[in-house]
Amino acid sequence: MAELDQFLRGRSGVEAIVNRITELVNGPVSIMEVCGTHTMSIFRHGLRALLPKEINLVSGPGCPVCVTSQQDIDRMICLADMDDVIVATFGDLLRVPGSNGSLADARARGAKVQVVYSPADALKLAQSQKGEHVIFLGIGFETTAPTVAATILQAHNLKLSNFSVYSSHKVMPPALHALFQDEGLSVHGLLCPGHVSSIIGTKAYEPICERFGLPCVVAGFEPLDILAGILLILRQIRDGKAIVENAYTRAVSDQGNRRALAIMEQVFETRPARWRGLGTIDKSGLGIRDEFSMFDAERRFDIKTPEVKEHRGCICGEIIRAKALPPQCPMFAKKCTPTSPIGPCMVSSEGTCSAYYRYAGHE
Amino acid sequence: MNDKILLDHGSGGLATRQLIEDVFLEHLDNPVLSRMEDSAILDLPQGKVAFTTDSFVIDPIFFPGGDIGSLSVHGTVNDLAMQGAKPRYLSLGLIIEEGLELETLKRVAASIGQAAKVAGVLIAAADTKVVGKGQADKIFINTSGIGVVPERIDLGIQRARPGDVVIVSGSIGDHGAAILLARSGLPFHAEIKSDSAPLADLVHQALSAVEPDAIRLFRDATRGGVATVLNEIALASGVEIEIDEGEIPVDPDVGMVCELLGLDPLYLANEGKCVAVVSPEGASRVLEAMRGTSVGRAARIIGEVKEAKGGPRVKLVTRVGGSRIVPILSGEPLPRIC
Repeated sequence: MAELDQFLRGRSGVEAIVNRITELVNGPVSIMEVCGTHTMSIFRHGLRALLPKEINLVSGPGCPVCVTSQQDIDRMICLADMDDVIVATFGDLLRVPGSNGSLADARARGAKVQVVYSPADALKLAQSQKGEHVIFLGIGFETTAPTVAATILQAHNLKLSNFSVYSSHKVMPPALHALFQDEGLSVHGLLCPGHVSSIIGTKAYEPICERFGLPCVVAGFEPLDILAGILLILRQIRDGKAIVENAYTRAVSDQGNRRALAIMEQVFETRPARWRGLGTIDKSGLGIRDEFSMFDAERRFDIKTPEVKEHRGCICGEIIRAKALPPQCPMFAKKCTPTSPIGPCMVSSEGTCSAYYRYAGHE
Repeated sequence: MNDKILLDHGSGGLATRQLIEDVFLEHLDNPVLSRMEDSAILDLPQGKVAFTTDSFVIDPIFFPGGDIGSLSVHGTVNDLAMQGAKPRYLSLGLIIEEGLELETLKRVAASIGQAAKVAGVLIAAADTKVVGKGQADKIFINTSGIGVVPERIDLGIQRARPGDVVIVSGSIGDHGAAILLARSGLPFHAEIKSDSAPLADLVHQALSAVEPDAIRLFRDATRGGVATVLNEIALASGVEIEIDEGEIPVDPDVGMVCELLGLDPLYLANEGKCVAVVSPEGASRVLEAMRGTSVGRAARIIGEVKEAKGGPRVKLVTRVGGSRIVPILSGEPLPRIC
């Protein structure tokens, strides 16, 4: 494993592949990396600095934390404010702003918000705190949804009465459909998420690829994986092709992980979901099925939050589609900054707006 | 004596006196403290006096590689050492939550005594308060420290200049990773130990190895990690600092925890590591001197100071040859899921 790591992060392999990428580029190309982990890795390894200037990497809607809507955050905070409730959450959700502060703010004023590292930890918490009701905040795509589904099944088998999940889970393909439906889109290729694809399989991208004539390449997360993905996209563009290719065969198959898909299917059903910056997208969310309603925090508790109007003027949707740059947004660096972010591109520290704010000379 | 700390122990009466004698004098006794006067009278050699204070509120209070007691000594001793001062005296203020096991307090006191001994400082003044259950979390400690700066030593965060070399005294992120791991309860194949340790000897050895002017500054990389310290230096000195990812020493287990939790070791706290900025001529001798100490064996040159053409900032050349800016930390590092 260490050898593989070394190879995938090695300088010589990277140089070779960057050279081939440079040879292939003959004009501006926008490639969207869908997944937050890709964005992170590109940032962390400084890959942008290695690529020719013509290649514009656009961060798509693939950071589940960033696309969690204000309304969902408001509802999570409402749950956290209830008596005898502990809200268990992944750490990075703490800072995401709702219409009136974040979960971190709620914790500061006394709400019981506990950071956990897995849904199983939340379940354990419920078992050890019988006097409290533990609500796990379920966010994430097809990668995390199966483990949450498995936890709900476990709670069901244990007949646990003080555990539930607030499901804000989302599925990726419908969001990509909605995103690309837009005319005048300037994205030429899609770097598809390795983790999600290991669950849903490469075939999940075929409809998008065909419908929009978009080269799609599934890639892993090491520098070489990502660069190989970019190279394959550029080759497709050169050859006038638009197919789904797999540059991450060591983890991803055509069909995906059938067991994980089956567990997801057993516990969840699709429903419309609200995405920060993108609005409501049909069939893009995962709700808990009736059979498991006792583990559905939305049905167990009376959540009263006023209807939220997403900030008018936020153009994250346009930025994600590579149709606009952050400074074109009226709120950029004024109302919307990394310390009080509004749109998903600013919420994520690696989002396009946040990166622009920090590194594009803006003070 | 009761086996738990009660509000009585902070009353100033008999129980307080007994606590002082049984716990504190037992482990911290020295000629200055044992006078038990209202204030300590200190003998200091000639020179400038360095003075600092720090409070310690860590959870858990015992962790692999240390505890709140030793940490409260190392933290303050190191702040003194970073100015080139030889640490001499510490004061010790404890705020204890009612109900703390007496045994726990004794362990903490013993650890303070041991750490002070190793660091060569005396506890010159001490105070204990007890607050009601829930009003503090087990035990909070404040230490202030006094040290003396030898003549001709003039270190400063604004003194880095282009061409200087950046040295880190050992592997980074150990303390932060140890605490995160201890807090998370994540199963992990190895125990990661905090690097909590006194740095005064390392600083002394480094300063003795070269002309005093060759070392521009020391900075201990506590909260915010090496990334934050480097940003502070870049800003104060008006320079760019370029570091090489491949040269930054990171323990493999710490690296793995960071991968698991999506954290960057550059931002994790250290409690026994410092950054030094040194003239290019003095770099190899300083490095050698650091490596000759028990806490500096893994010291390494990690980068260089450059002119701030793009403004004061920290730039990282990544292992694969890419580059990125290393911004100052905003907020506490949070594990991420995506």
